[in-house]
Amino acid sequence: MVGGGIAGIQAALELADAGHRVYLVEREPSIGGHMAQYDKTFPTLDCAACILTPRMVSVGSHPNITLLTWSEVEKVDGYVGNFTATIRKKARYVNVDLCTGCGICQEKCPKIVIDTVYEAGLAHRKAVYTPFPQAVPKYPVVDMPNCTYFLKGKCKACQKFCPTEAIDFDQQDEVITVEVGNIILATGFDLFDARRISQYGYGRLANVFTSLEFERMTNASGPTNGAIVLRDGKRIPRTVGIIHCVGSRDCNYNTYCSAICCMQSLKFAHLVKERTGATVYNFYIDMRTPAKDYDEFYQRVLEEGTLFVRGKVAEVTDAARMFGEEGQLIIQVEDTLAGYQRRIPVDMAILSAALEPRRDAGDVAKKFGISCSANGWFIEKHPKLDPVATMTEGVFIAGCVSGPKDIPASVVQGAAAAARVLGRIQQGEIELEPIRATVDEARCSGCRICNDLCPFNAISFVAEREVTEINAALCQGCGTCVAACPAGAISGTGFSNEQILSQIDGLLLRNVEPLDLVAV
Amino acid sequence: MSDQRLPFEPVIVGFTCNWCSYRAADLAGTARIKYPPNVRLIRLMCSGRLDPTFVLRAFAGGADGVLLTGCHPGECHYLEQNYKALRRFRLLQRTLAGVGIEPERVRLVWASAAEGAQLAKAIETAVEDIRAMGPLHWMGRVPVRPEITVAQPAAEAGAAVEVGG
Repeated sequence: MVGGGIAGIQAALELADAGHRVYLVEREPSIGGHMAQYDKTFPTLDCAACILTPRMVSVGSHPNITLLTWSEVEKVDGYVGNFTATIRKKARYVNVDLCTGCGICQEKCPKIVIDTVYEAGLAHRKAVYTPFPQAVPKYPVVDMPNCTYFLKGKCKACQKFCPTEAIDFDQQDEVITVEVGNIILATGFDLFDARRISQYGYGRLANVFTSLEFERMTNASGPTNGAIVLRDGKRIPRTVGIIHCVGSRDCNYNTYCSAICCMQSLKFAHLVKERTGATVYNFYIDMRTPAKDYDEFYQRVLEEGTLFVRGKVAEVTDAARMFGEEGQLIIQVEDTLAGYQRRIPVDMAILSAALEPRRDAGDVAKKFGISCSANGWFIEKHPKLDPVATMTEGVFIAGCVSGPKDIPASVVQGAAAAARVLGRIQQGEIELEPIRATVDEARCSGCRICNDLCPFNAISFVAEREVTEINAALCQGCGTCVAACPAGAISGTGFSNEQILSQIDGLLLRNVEPLDLVAV
Repeated sequence: MSDQRLPFEPVIVGFTCNWCSYRAADLAGTARIKYPPNVRLIRLMCSGRLDPTFVLRAFAGGADGVLLTGCHPGECHYLEQNYKALRRFRLLQRTLAGVGIEPERVRLVWASAAEGAQLAKAIETAVEDIRAMGPLHWMGRVPVRPEITVAQPAAEAGAAVEVGG
């Protein structure tokens, strides 16, 4: 299992409960993923932490799950049933066998760092930290690039105060290899960088927030303890504008629909209304609420009195042009239902930013031998009939890696991927594509031209017989050696020279007749 | 006699990679994107499977052009075999020029599995370019090997196509 978000957690638990060993690899110090950052989940508005953290704890304490957080997969070799994954366990500088998770190191650490990952830049953490109180595992991580000791060579406050002497500044990265039969990738998404749309002013205008910042703000354990306030941390907004489709459904950025933004924006509208009583505007292109109970939630938000303006926002600006606009953000939008331009002054603007593939999705895909679409989402074996499998046998995908998804859909995919893996394990033997290359030893001259061509090292030279041999288990059937063999000694199942030449002749058969008539 | 009133329709044999361009063609189909029917596609597991003999055989059999397609450089399902296809393509172009065939009659297109529209566009361009070049008229000038002109027993030819494609 690669990725410890909700999809990965679901898949890991399904497999572990069925009695199979699972290695769960997570890049961050704790599992939980994006869901751990949220406060409420649509459409039922149950608290994300309340439903997620018990599952995280189950993963952490499950006897069948080996949890490898603060770790990354470096290399994958082998094939379905026999993968060897090389995993780098980054140095935590904390001995997890001694650490009790008491948190004294975090209290004593003098270095304060802005938390750009978990708190979306809204709050601070120490240089030794767990991302959040319910983190699984509970052991903290020393943030090496920011730690005073690593920067200046002295400090070690955490080491001094640690009651169990668990802080170990000499720890090194550890590289381990594990043998696995199947791999599930659930590495999730990155949020669109709203700075790229400069006319919306994010990063320039203080009171423009991204959806993730707002999520953290509404979270009761977040930087403002759940209070919805402006950037100064004090004033409560009286009008709030929520802008949909920021970076999605936009030919300049991403053409796809991010699937969750409509519901997320409706949830924001509800939370703002509930907690501040402010006037809320939603600026949408189209309202998309297709799943169970979603449209009911839309109706509820409508009845609560949220105002909806259909149109793509042109600009968010602080340049007042009319009386009453001073000191506010003005949202310039064409109301396409009413048919005129509007300028709507608000105190706070929230950008519902698009979901994008992880920035390193291409590298990850290459590492695991699967393919990415032009956008960067991983490609499923079949978009309808096989949405969690990939073209590579034994590698499955779940959650947002294959495209934007909400939590229920990610959980479904996690469980589905686990079911596919279970099916594979249960079968015991698996059927592989029969497309393999074989050597006719009688015709092989032992020239060894093919030996260097194979990317999978399936071809080896047998010195005593002076012929080349192909390992059928390693051969993937690309056919490069077949094409290269000067003696025609190598043949590919289903793609032999005779078969392909017959296809060419077959395709051109009809072509021959009219040309025959053109006599010279 | 061939009918002079009909515009010249080139016949192009296309070799597609199972992992990218064959799926791109499939995607173009499911998305109802049209491309000219002049191209007849043969599926290979990888562009690296392309034996230059196939291209020569296609020209010998009466094709006016050959389209080779594969995954974008760096995206080969078999790591790097499309580079080998690229080398063979360059070699082929030189060989073709040597025997008096315009090297532009064989072209190489990279198309990922998601690029149905791009592949359709590339096919369209190829067909238009080769149409402009005119027919190869290879068959009229050179005696053709009998096994190409004589129709094979239908059942046998059909079976071979089915196994491969």
